[in-house]
Amino acid sequence: MRTSANELNALRVAAPAAGGSVPPLDVARLRADFPILAREVNGRPLVYLDNAATSQKPRCVIDAQAHYYVQLNANVHRGVHRLSQEATDAFEAARDTVQRFVNAARREEIVFVRGTTEAINLVANSFGGRLRPGDEILITAMEHHSNIVSWQLACERSGAVLKVAPVNDDGELLVVEFERLLGDRTRIVALAHVSNALGTINPVRELIDLAHARGVPVLLDGAQAVPHVAVDVQALDCDFYAFSAHKLYGPTGIGVLYGKAALLDAMPPWQGGGDMIRQVSFAGTTYNELPYKFEAGTPDIAGAIALGAAIRYVEETGIDAIAAHEHALLEHATRQACSMPGLRLVGTARSKAAILSFVFDDIHAHDVGTILDHEGVAVRTGHHCAMPLMERFGVPATVRASFAMYNTHDEVDALFAALRRVREVFDG
Amino acid sequence: MGELRDLYQEVILDHGRRPRNFGPLPDADRHAEGFNPLCGDRITLHVKTRDGVIEDVHFEGVGCAISIASASLMSETLKGKTPAQAAAMFDGFHALVTGHVPDQGGPALGKLEVLGGVAEFPMRVKCATLAWHTLQAALRGDTQPVSTET
Repeated sequence: MRTSANELNALRVAAPAAGGSVPPLDVARLRADFPILAREVNGRPLVYLDNAATSQKPRCVIDAQAHYYVQLNANVHRGVHRLSQEATDAFEAARDTVQRFVNAARREEIVFVRGTTEAINLVANSFGGRLRPGDEILITAMEHHSNIVSWQLACERSGAVLKVAPVNDDGELLVVEFERLLGDRTRIVALAHVSNALGTINPVRELIDLAHARGVPVLLDGAQAVPHVAVDVQALDCDFYAFSAHKLYGPTGIGVLYGKAALLDAMPPWQGGGDMIRQVSFAGTTYNELPYKFEAGTPDIAGAIALGAAIRYVEETGIDAIAAHEHALLEHATRQACSMPGLRLVGTARSKAAILSFVFDDIHAHDVGTILDHEGVAVRTGHHCAMPLMERFGVPATVRASFAMYNTHDEVDALFAALRRVREVFDG
Repeated sequence: MGELRDLYQEVILDHGRRPRNFGPLPDADRHAEGFNPLCGDRITLHVKTRDGVIEDVHFEGVGCAISIASASLMSETLKGKTPAQAAAMFDGFHALVTGHVPDQGGPALGKLEVLGGVAEFPMRVKCATLAWHTLQAALRGDTQPVSTET
């Protein structure tokens, strides 16, 4: 049951930390940049509120991807011919763009991977290779499966033990418990910067300090953070940071692992192949320098270039303006959610990104999702790849509406009009 | 609204809210579990057979209106049927909810026809068929839970 304290919390969502006031977004202009938003679904205008699953792409990102194949297509780092040089320059320029975006100290700390999942798997396999029986890995109860199962596999390989820091009824990490679980055997902490199922923004700087005080490195799963909050890996002092392009208005199949150079240098390669070697002989092989040591095979060149375009689009729009706009949407949605009979919010942390997760006491999330879809409203229903968290809150699934820079207050209203239709269907 | 009303007819809402034959079946001789990992629907099916006939079917679990109503309607429909008749009904039911009209006339589906609206919602077919896949497992004597995703 939602307590009045939860409700109070929900209505008191902390405003994003923005330096001073930011000019409001021209959302109508932004929307014109995203071709898919003009689509109709089931004869109604598309109301796309599944941005935490993947966000839509602006024309400049689609064009960047197409431009690569039309003008530059060649393999990188290998050819002496002109196209290869141009493709390599564009690919490496994208790495520079990512470096600037997350404020990494060095460009070689930016490793291109398939996405957040692969980034975490890379660390779990490569860094995880040094785990010994009895060592501990600390995660939280609000992790996405990719930040659970990767470490469970590392535990199976090594005999290490997985520890899980609990959350309270609002979906906030219990920092005291987290600190208590940091022990002499803790070898790495892996946690979400922002929870995909609840929207909770974790106090990562504080948690990193606690871990570092014990000499424990920290990996942040930033998949849900980079589209919504400014990320500065040096200010956070995180050791690893993972995110995907496709939640950041970029293409699918490309993502980033940031890692501190000293750590990456000390780690063995994860995958073998072309580009990650310096010299190969049957007597032995020497590996390439960072970041190429971790980039075996032909990368998603077009994807990396398009990710660069997506980052530039976000930077030009202004992450603080995006955060402020999304926060206003969240407040607008939370207010309506709190006054809707039978609706219970799941995730009422004080510090939240623009994610609204909820259930009806008497209607399954799946049925809600179908009826919303019929009304043109796209949301996610299910366990959000966070089954242990669903268990913690005693629900099989939730409905999740997640907002992006191009969503409007009218779309929030459309969501709640559609939710009233759900009630009509079920209440007869 | 028409398609939605076809999907969420009063009969379905009623069976979803007040499922029949819901609960354990102490003298059941066959059991199976079904799971839809995509949405978290879980069902445990208890079947009592005697002399080659399904005498009673009960089920327990959590799920959406479609999966619970489908299990409820199935449990009512199967009493007195042989496993072969149940398998034929599943074929007919599957054709109904996937919108494939069989070449020859299938078995009479009776009350199950109310789930015909699912054919307009392909994403929900697995909800409607979870109970039936679980039934097949129970009749085969499978001990492994059935998943809609394998």
